[in-house]
Amino acid sequence: MAAAIAAHESGVKDILLLERDQYLGGILNQCIHTGFGIEYFKEVLTGPEYAQRFIKEIKKIPDIEISLKSFVVDLTRDKTLTFIKPGILEKVKARVLIMATGCREKTREMIHIAGTRPSGVFSAGLAQKLINIEGLLPGKRVVIAGSGDIGLIMARRFMLEGAEVRAVIEIEKKTRGLLRNVVQCIEDFEIPMYFNHRISKINGKDRVESVTAVKVDDDLNDIPGTDVRFDCDTVLISVGLIPENELIEMAGVQIDKKTNSPVSHELNKTSIPGLFVCGNSFKVYDIVDSVSLDSEIAGRLAAEYLRKKI
Amino acid sequence: MNKKLTCIECPRGCVLSVDAENGKLVRLEGYECPKGEKYAIAEIENPTRILTSTVLTEGLFLKMIPVRTSDPIPKSDIKKAMSEIIKIRIKRSIRTGDVIIKDFLGSGADLIATRDCSV
Ligand code: SF4
Repeated sequence: MAAAIAAHESGVKDILLLERDQYLGGILNQCIHTGFGIEYFKEVLTGPEYAQRFIKEIKKIPDIEISLKSFVVDLTRDKTLTFIKPGILEKVKARVLIMATGCREKTREMIHIAGTRPSGVFSAGLAQKLINIEGLLPGKRVVIAGSGDIGLIMARRFMLEGAEVRAVIEIEKKTRGLLRNVVQCIEDFEIPMYFNHRISKINGKDRVESVTAVKVDDDLNDIPGTDVRFDCDTVLISVGLIPENELIEMAGVQIDKKTNSPVSHELNKTSIPGLFVCGNSFKVYDIVDSVSLDSEIAGRLAAEYLRKKI
Repeated sequence: MNKKLTCIECPRGCVLSVDAENGKLVRLEGYECPKGEKYAIAEIENPTRILTSTVLTEGLFLKMIPVRTSDPIPKSDIKKAMSEIIKIRIKRSIRTGDVIIKDFLGSGADLIATRDCSV
């Protein structure tokens, strides 16, 4: 939305915004906690409130057509997009394209936890969606693997909803999340944090029954004999985000395989001229305010690209 | 008594060094803006938090409406606040900022909606 508004402000007249969800705002809608907007709006807002500011703005601009429930399935080098919408398959060719596809969460598979495959293992963001959007509590006794911000925030959310968070287990020496989240989500609720530990095994037949954690040395190797066991019915994985860029990869944009972001020497640009990437899909930011500011730059770059082409 | 606090007012997370006597702040270092000073005083004298949660709807487009307190409420009230929030049902269209409960738990803060939702 920030990119579309900025492109419009820079003179672009015909903008199509494709959103796969049934409402605008993306992940912000499930981030109901505060801490957004301090830089951008000079106010402390929750995620939905932050999104709402942009939704209000964008709805005032008739030149921006918003298409919800629109899932892009194909993208080619000449910027032809194919998307599905309930009941239809549509193709549209853009002269300039801005991708704001964000991130997805790293999964259990990426951090190699041994054990069985019972139900009850969630990514932190999925648990957040279940609680905050669907109104479902995924479990009662929770262990969190990793101390990313979403994991910390979900620790508090589970505690508030009456579940018990048994432990947050972080392989590094210190938290990956913001300090403020450690204070208000972990310390406020006296949740034990285990640094230099990793979950070595998830146990349980149909449902998670417990996890085993083990202490690791400076090279992240397990220290034998340091096993601790936590009884729990739920494990949340919060080990970071990875940019979602499969579509532009499909179109032939060069992707850095390590970070899954586009290979680029300049902010928001990719190896295909006129194809821009903004926000978390370009690089993972800590705060949404930076994402909006970055996206505005992308919007202006796109407008400039169009001006030069005419 | 000397204590280290992490200011949570913004993502910068300044580490504040505070000295308190009889529950009052007597010395403060490490803050980088007035909000940090306010936070330190509150944290020593009466710790407060903005509470965010969700409430259930009936017959609306969304199943859950996110809510928050308009101002920080005492940390000690949070449990009570949650047991109140669980009881609420929203049945009418709502806009961001609409007051759901005025003067929530007598804290002076209102419980407000943080998302628009129509029927
Ligand atoms: S003291 Fe000011 S700058 Fe530092 S964390 Fe607190 S609010 Fe932010």
